[in-house]
Amino acid sequence: MTGPVGSSPARGGGRDRVTGHQVYAADIRLEDVLHVKLVALPCARARILGIDATEALQVPGVRLVFTAADLPQPAPRFGPQLRDRPVLATGETKYHGDPVAAVAAETLDAAEAGVAAVRVTYEELPAVTSIHAALDPAAPLVQDAALRPGDALAGRNVLREHHYAWGDLAAAEAQAEVVVEGSYTFPMVTQFAIEPHAFMAAPDGDGIVVWSAIQHPNWLQRVIASLLDLPLARVRVIAPDPGGAFGGKQHAKYEPLLAFMARRLGRPVRLVLTLEETFQAVRRGASDVHVRSGFRRDGTLVFRDIRADYLIGAYADIADRTVAKGSYTSAGPYRVPAVRIVARSVLSHTVPSTAFRGFGNPQQIWAGESNMDEAARTLGLDPLDLRLRNLAERGETFIPGDTPADGRWAESVELAARLIDWRKPTAPGRGRGLAVGLKEGPTTGLSYSIVRLLADGSVIVYAGTSDMGQGARTIFAQIAAQELGAPMEAVTVVMGDTAVVPYDQQTSASRSSVLMGNAVLLACRKVQDQLRAMAARLEQVEASAVVVDGGTVAIGERHWPIGEVLARGLGRLGGELIGVGEMRKEALAEHPLGGTAAFYEFNCTAVEVEVDRATGDIVIARHVTVSDVGKALNPSQVRGQDEGAAIMGLGHTLMEHYILDDAGRIRNLGAIDYRIPTSMDLPLAMESAIVENGDGPGPYGAKGMSEGALLAIAPAIAAAVRDATGVVIRELPLTPETVWRALQDPVG
Amino acid sequence: MTATVPIRCTVNGRPRELVVVAHHTLLDALRDDLGLTGTKECCLVGECGACTVILNGRSVDSCLVLAAEADGGTILTVEGLAVDGRLSALQQAFLDTGAAQCGFCIPGQLLAAHALLALTPHPDRAEVEEGLAGNLCRCAGYEQIIEAVLRAADEPAGGARAVEQPMVRQTTSDPAATPDASVAPQ
Repeated sequence: MTGPVGSSPARGGGRDRVTGHQVYAADIRLEDVLHVKLVALPCARARILGIDATEALQVPGVRLVFTAADLPQPAPRFGPQLRDRPVLATGETKYHGDPVAAVAAETLDAAEAGVAAVRVTYEELPAVTSIHAALDPAAPLVQDAALRPGDALAGRNVLREHHYAWGDLAAAEAQAEVVVEGSYTFPMVTQFAIEPHAFMAAPDGDGIVVWSAIQHPNWLQRVIASLLDLPLARVRVIAPDPGGAFGGKQHAKYEPLLAFMARRLGRPVRLVLTLEETFQAVRRGASDVHVRSGFRRDGTLVFRDIRADYLIGAYADIADRTVAKGSYTSAGPYRVPAVRIVARSVLSHTVPSTAFRGFGNPQQIWAGESNMDEAARTLGLDPLDLRLRNLAERGETFIPGDTPADGRWAESVELAARLIDWRKPTAPGRGRGLAVGLKEGPTTGLSYSIVRLLADGSVIVYAGTSDMGQGARTIFAQIAAQELGAPMEAVTVVMGDTAVVPYDQQTSASRSSVLMGNAVLLACRKVQDQLRAMAARLEQVEASAVVVDGGTVAIGERHWPIGEVLARGLGRLGGELIGVGEMRKEALAEHPLGGTAAFYEFNCTAVEVEVDRATGDIVIARHVTVSDVGKALNPSQVRGQDEGAAIMGLGHTLMEHYILDDAGRIRNLGAIDYRIPTSMDLPLAMESAIVENGDGPGPYGAKGMSEGALLAIAPAIAAAVRDATGVVIRELPLTPETVWRALQDPVG
Repeated sequence: MTATVPIRCTVNGRPRELVVVAHHTLLDALRDDLGLTGTKECCLVGECGACTVILNGRSVDSCLVLAAEADGGTILTVEGLAVDGRLSALQQAFLDTGAAQCGFCIPGQLLAAHALLALTPHPDRAEVEEGLAGNLCRCAGYEQIIEAVLRAADEPAGGARAVEQPMVRQTTSDPAATPDASVAPQ
């Protein structure tokens, strides 16, 4: 293919990103704005007895101390799965950081002084902050049962329980010659986007404008419209490119609060979270997963039986969906005749967990793939051969009722094995590990795009995707440039404003290149239809005789650049051609997830490590990550996503975890005490490779690919540690302390 | 009343006079008083490096420097790297290698790299890793960032030549030391 698709032109917005001119939410200055700071309590759970704002209101510059009492009664609630989160804590706080009030002031200093002067009287209450404690029959209920009418689970701290099963488990258990089982834990970790969440709201006539670094502007628009009882057309969401999101900016957090405050004050308000506050706003669900797998002696899988508990937070957010979706594929990309999966979302007095790159899958894959590695050793088989023996083949249904395997997955595994020299002996003191990761892509989707071909042949693309670093802006420009023959520098992509850009369901699940990409492609094709009609009129032929391809209009042997036909066709008045593309991925009511996979993300990660026996420190000598991407629309961006996901995954594998005290307070809030990978923590050598068979449903055969390389990193490293030391570790992160202790007590 | 301090400094080659709140940081002054929002705010404890600028030839976390301390100083921010709309070798290399993903950490990465190349014009990979160790990237585009720095250092007109102010070798033992006036003209 010639043209920009498949090459790596400079990132859309790249120049602004290297000159400091990229405008992120917190960079926008509104006239007459009031600064907002939140008031929270230093404990996980408390009964609010009173809030005295008298002193705070005497601080010069403080204009408002807003509490739940200032909201319509009963206090409005919102949430993407369950409308359970109050706009401000009402009656009881439910996690460390749950705000009870907000202060608006003329300056940030005054707002901070106001917060310090708000007197909250409260009674600290016992909190449940672990799966074990939350499931104790005597545990206090996290959710008010009244919020869950008719819900049989409402009397327990289980929000939902998900059951998936196929095949005859009892019969399979009887056939199994070897059964391997174990429990694996995954810690609470946080998204830690370098851009802390920033929100603004301003009255706009009888409507409202909300600014947020949000992934789903249209979803936020619905939430605000519903809470304020406004028509969608009176709610405008402006969503500047997020400075990193990783799932943590999918759903509304404090935008509803700011919208109510802006309307109350009649002035714009602005809230920029501190990094510490972002830790108290978003995190990934912790988990405890028990896997039992049955094999024949030759390594053939005959059953998998998986029980997973995810520790979600005090409000549902989208956490239960991560549990449902992450667990649904937990038997892995394998041919497994009998499967039983039970997964529970366990409520607790902790920060509400939400989407985070991988969406519930890394927890399951950590368990499932560690179990495969242990099984290989029990069976006396090579872990690579065990995977290859059981991998589903392209076109094979491996989850009944869902999309068949959509890639030659063995190709990725074999490539990873080759790149890490799997079949060659390991250097003394080193160990190798390998694991695979599978993630179900989006199950439903609806994306619209408008493409305008302007009189001079330049193009404007409207797409409601949020470009949070994945490079969607570049991809859409490449597609339009490819289809309409415009140079990249003559294509503008407009995003992030619900008053201007048509509807997009969401930016998540690595969907945008596929779903919005197809919408852009379809919109371009609508423009091409008009060009065909134009050329047919000009040349007095049937439209069916006109071919538009790669920037050229052809009739038989004659051909013209698109711009030339356009200029002649538009005539003296000028004008433009407008195409609208609509891409739908329909829901299926009877499917357990509400729809089948648009595609699967598949990755194989292989590593070689050295373990310092004196300190427990793990050095990753080599790191290979191979993703099946269908088609790399932009190889440089694909590499950035793969390597970035891989290194991000090193965080939860080696160092990241919340540390809670007995009162449920997070003790390591912020960048000093919560470590993420730096340039000093990289593998000594990293190689990312891709498999391209053009077998995806996106433009030119692309699949989504931004999460795959994070999925299997933890089990690959743990397997390598075991290979190097003989020690099996079933808890993350693999900190030097954890590894050192395991080395001292290998049985443990 | 909030105590204020008048200061004069040179920012990206332009003399500036402003009155800053005594407890405000250089980061506050750049972003809020001068409207130079290219310098980013994240951790506010000097760990993430998003607010890195060059002050008197030394790379600093501007969240840890009081604005009043910058009185008389010379400051380079990301907005000052390009000259007459022409990107510096580092900026161009970051663009060419795809080093900027979300871009939020990139101003800090660029200035940390700028400081590194001024002191070590032809670093090896380990030196780049160490030079950027104070700048977090959660997109974790480190491989492409490191590649960009190495590529800029290889340019005939390399990163070092783009440096307009002499750099002060930073010592970890006394980070608060006043830069030597002879190498850091005010």
